[in-house]
Amino acid sequence: MFYRAHVLIEMTSNSIHLGASQVKERLEREIAQAGLSNEVKVLETGPLGRGVPSPFLMIYPDNIMYAPVTVSEVREIVSEHLLKGRPVERLIVSETAPALKEGYFRPSPLAKEKRVVLRNSGLIDPGSIEDYIAQDGYQALGKVLSMSRQEAINIVKDSGLVGRGGAGFPTGLKLEFTMKAPGEEKYVVCNADEGEQGTFKDRLILEGDPHSIVEAMAICGYAVGAGEGYIYIRAEYPESIRAVEKAIESATDTGLLGDGILGADFSFQVKIRQGAGAYICGEETSLLESIEGKRGEPRIKPPYPPQAGLWGKPTAINNVETLANIPPIILNGADWYKSIGTPTCPGTKVFTLTGNVNMLGLIEVPMGITLRELLYDVGGGIRGGRQMKVVQTGGPSGGTMTPDMLDVPMAFDTLAQFNSALGSGALTVVDDTHCIVDVVKNFCEFFLHESCGKCTPCRIGNKRIVEILDRMQRGRGRPGDLDLLRILGENMKTTSFCGLGQAAPNPLMKCLDYFQEEFEKHVTEHLCDCQVCEMKPKRKEVGV
Amino acid sequence: MAKVAAEVNRKDEQENVATLYLDGREIQVPASSSVLEACKSAGIHIPTLCHMDGLTPYGGCRICVVEIEGQPTLAAACVTPVREGMKIQTSSKKVREARKANLELLLSNHPLDCQLCDRNQFCELQDLAYELGVRKIRFEGEQQHHEVDISSPSVKRDLDRCILCGRCIRTCSEIQSVFAIDFANRGFESYISPSLGLPLGESVCINCGQCIHACPTGALSEVEHVEKVWDALNDPEKTVVLQTAPAIRVSIGEPFGMPQGTISTGKMVAALRRLGFDYIFDTNFSADLTIIEEGTEFITRLTQGGVLPLITSCSPGWIKFMEHFYPELMENVSTCKSPQQMLGAVVKTYFAQKIGVEAKDIVMASIMPCTAKKYECQRDEMRASGYQDVDYTLTTREAARMLREKGINLAEMPEEDFDEPLGLSTGAAAVFGATGGVMEAALRTVYEKVTGETLPKLDFMDVRGMDGVKEAIVDVKGTPVRVAVAHGLGNARTLLDTVRAGEVTYHFIEIMACPGGCIGGGGQPIPTNLDIRMKRIEAIYNVDKSFPVRKSHENPAIQKLYEDFLGEPNGEKAHHLLHTHYSCREKM
Ligand SMILES: Cc1cc2nc3c(=O)[nH]c(=O)nc-3n(C[C@H](O)[C@H](O)[C@H](O)COP(=O)(O)O)c2cc1C
Ligand code: SF4
Ligand code: SF4
Ligand code: SF4
Ligand code: FES
Repeated sequence: MFYRAHVLIEMTSNSIHLGASQVKERLEREIAQAGLSNEVKVLETGPLGRGVPSPFLMIYPDNIMYAPVTVSEVREIVSEHLLKGRPVERLIVSETAPALKEGYFRPSPLAKEKRVVLRNSGLIDPGSIEDYIAQDGYQALGKVLSMSRQEAINIVKDSGLVGRGGAGFPTGLKLEFTMKAPGEEKYVVCNADEGEQGTFKDRLILEGDPHSIVEAMAICGYAVGAGEGYIYIRAEYPESIRAVEKAIESATDTGLLGDGILGADFSFQVKIRQGAGAYICGEETSLLESIEGKRGEPRIKPPYPPQAGLWGKPTAINNVETLANIPPIILNGADWYKSIGTPTCPGTKVFTLTGNVNMLGLIEVPMGITLRELLYDVGGGIRGGRQMKVVQTGGPSGGTMTPDMLDVPMAFDTLAQFNSALGSGALTVVDDTHCIVDVVKNFCEFFLHESCGKCTPCRIGNKRIVEILDRMQRGRGRPGDLDLLRILGENMKTTSFCGLGQAAPNPLMKCLDYFQEEFEKHVTEHLCDCQVCEMKPKRKEVGV
Repeated sequence: MAKVAAEVNRKDEQENVATLYLDGREIQVPASSSVLEACKSAGIHIPTLCHMDGLTPYGGCRICVVEIEGQPTLAAACVTPVREGMKIQTSSKKVREARKANLELLLSNHPLDCQLCDRNQFCELQDLAYELGVRKIRFEGEQQHHEVDISSPSVKRDLDRCILCGRCIRTCSEIQSVFAIDFANRGFESYISPSLGLPLGESVCINCGQCIHACPTGALSEVEHVEKVWDALNDPEKTVVLQTAPAIRVSIGEPFGMPQGTISTGKMVAALRRLGFDYIFDTNFSADLTIIEEGTEFITRLTQGGVLPLITSCSPGWIKFMEHFYPELMENVSTCKSPQQMLGAVVKTYFAQKIGVEAKDIVMASIMPCTAKKYECQRDEMRASGYQDVDYTLTTREAARMLREKGINLAEMPEEDFDEPLGLSTGAAAVFGATGGVMEAALRTVYEKVTGETLPKLDFMDVRGMDGVKEAIVDVKGTPVRVAVAHGLGNARTLLDTVRAGEVTYHFIEIMACPGGCIGGGGQPIPTNLDIRMKRIEAIYNVDKSFPVRKSHENPAIQKLYEDFLGEPNGEKAHHLLHTHYSCREKM
């Protein structure tokens, strides 16, 4: 089924509280009554970032957002916008977010855009394997089946592709390690847990071009010598699960999965596992535990998954966006891929722009674009003509970028030099009306909530950090609090068991350095220049 | 040729050894070592909390961190394998600060009222705070609170003292294969919980108390009977009778600073007498009695075609385990009560008559190496005298605490004897305290009863020692009797699964819930570990050797008990007082 339009509705605990469920129900009813059920699809999505009133509706491909939406406004949006194609200008903006009036960027006219992983999304019917095949789909699979494993892996290695799931590990090497690890039984796993706030790129690929992932998994399966692949999709993405299910089914029916694929001596199956919902399940070893039916807690590394992964067997685990790169790389060759992006970090990256920019949205661009280009050329500048304060990349556990980094090329290696990270590519833009203590506390609260609790520094450290930031916000900061924060952060970074705890203090540490004065003012003068923090020091402090 | 082979061998050896630089010193360790093991072999004991020998490494507490050259983060020594050429720093500033910070974090979520804690003076957390020089906690904040769980008759859980090291969970699952407890909730709200959030007393917990030995803090301890025993001792209306289990005499010296493996039978009796018990009997007496009853049961099954293998029933943790997980083997389990319960029943009937005191005025207390005994004595089946046969059960630790309260130093005591007539025992009873002991004692009697001949060699070495499952074939005058012994319920599960699958046929099986048998019971002094268990076992066999009489059926007091009171072994009266029955329980 090919949908002419997708309506994303925000489904978060906050938006549900503000009536999102009723809006969704009404939306589906109105769409059905207007006879649009076969043309317009309603998708649930996560939050888009600060400043967007809840609940919102985002209509693709028009890139128009209505926010906030009430039940009584749904009928008009459906009959005017979706049926007649006339956006309801009156509802696009809200009193609380006038800057949103500017609209949302449309990826296509932008010169910088380069679609590799999103090559088919929105352009073909994701439910039709014929559509995918018509776009050269499954040709890459056919091509690798005529090569040796090593030859196939060499192409990926030469391309310079690194993992897009956050860590930036060279994908070709990972495949090679898995291929070379001793053992008969091996696995390929696709990480589609997409737990970062504000990202929906993996989901767009899964729902817009599911066959590209199925094909890529089969290619990896052949390359490492696996007969089975698992795709771990978060349960909050039922549409993605359905799309992938359908793709697996039609690929199997067509003989592109199953026994003796394309007449070669290669059999491969793909199974779907639903995510348990916890952020930590996106961490590769927790994810494996979860597939095995255990509590989603990270494993001791080494051994790494390519040595001992799923059920102790060598396993190549890759992110959705990483995988989506593989068929085009196989088809077009390593040199083609290297011609995109930077010399040290080739290829494209999907960025999601959320927060205080004029235009929100998602765009695939070559690696090496600067933050300035993303914010000003793509995002249309900071809301209300203000200044950027920080940009968080790749969600809370990614990197934190400060204004001095506006001209740093966005790539895994360059950002690492600045003690930052590209992460999954979600960019949360925070303008200078925000208090840094408040911003940092929000990130830290996320980790407090997501810590699995296994190790001391993360389980208790996050709690203590949030408590200290909280008292600073209430004007009860104590001398020495900044030192304590640094000690706690450093300790988490150096002693936490897994990447979550190790990355958790990143925003805190980066901002403590860059915005030291602002933090100090909270503690010593009990002043919040942004007037965000309440700062009501009580005369007598009872307890902590 | 020989030379080539030797060189190949040497090469193999070389490949299995790694050279490391530990604080700048070059050391060589087996290539399969963890950093923790490597350091230990070089005399550096890295501090640990969540690590415990014999359990899967966990890496949660982050106390054991060390610095490894070339790594940006610190490594947890317990879960980091060594690598050739690795350069390790174990006391750099970074390492010391990180250990201290993590310990302070744990303490920031801890009550810090050691004076009120069961584990005061035996606590790894307390020791570590002292050793790492924590004198102040920089990170204070909210603490987690949980109700103390006293739903179990045996194990008390005070989760406010829990540091989430997971050692109890791994012990329960890996050693005991019971899987009664696991982590619940996440992050700062994590806690340890029986499955389905049930209180421990309603779970599949089999009360063995091995988790108490695993616990580094005061989060897990026994449900105390100390106050009740004091009350009985201070009640002039009551005749207070005590029994002490075979394993106590080789461990109760430890809390008084005596070397591990010291036999302190005489001093123990003297000390306990000074606590004010009216009669001090020996559970070893009823261990001999158990052998007569169980031996008779075995011979009957063997010669008259009863259900085999016969499985021993002295270990109440094993009994509950069987009721939950192996109910289909219920018919195989001996109907004999444990020695504790046999003695309780005899005291409140035979002995009560003898001294002319009504059973209701007798308080029967015991000192057991076992927390499951607290549960066993409260089972409905254990009221043969018309009253609860054993009223209170003290662990070795509780008994030591009572002595200290009274101001008795066991080490200074003279040697005294148990009271007559239920204090007389044989070497066979003594070995009940060690894994394989019940089997050995039973074989000594069964052999002689069946053959009518004197056993040429009393020691059955095959059933001794710390191997998880032990087997022996005993030639009983031409009939090969196949026996097996398992200790620790994980080992028992392995053994029973082969039995259930019909892979092997045995005649007689001994199962003890606790690793090492009773000397490693959940009520024994802390610490109890492999090394200490082995020392206690050695002492047990020395007790055996010191006896002139080493076969239960030659115990004259037992013979007299049958003559005066019980009648025939497995007879009607014996059945009523000394045997029991079991019931099926939920698997979850
Ligand atoms: C706390 C945590 C959460 C993560 N969540 C995700 C996720 O949602 N999706 C993902 O692809 N990778 C996630 N990762 C990264 C994975 O552990 C792993 O590096 C990735 O799946 C490897 O694939 P790649 O090489 O293709 O990037 C997460 C890592 C951590 C530490
Ligand atoms: S750092 Fe520790 S507590 Fe935090 S998520 Fe990882 S293992 Fe769990
Ligand atoms: S558990 Fe240890 S540190 Fe905690 S209160 Fe008890 S004795 Fe003290
Ligand atoms: S109860 Fe004891 S052994 Fe269990 S996790 Fe807590 S501290 Fe560790
Ligand atoms: S002892 Fe190594 S992490 Fe706990």
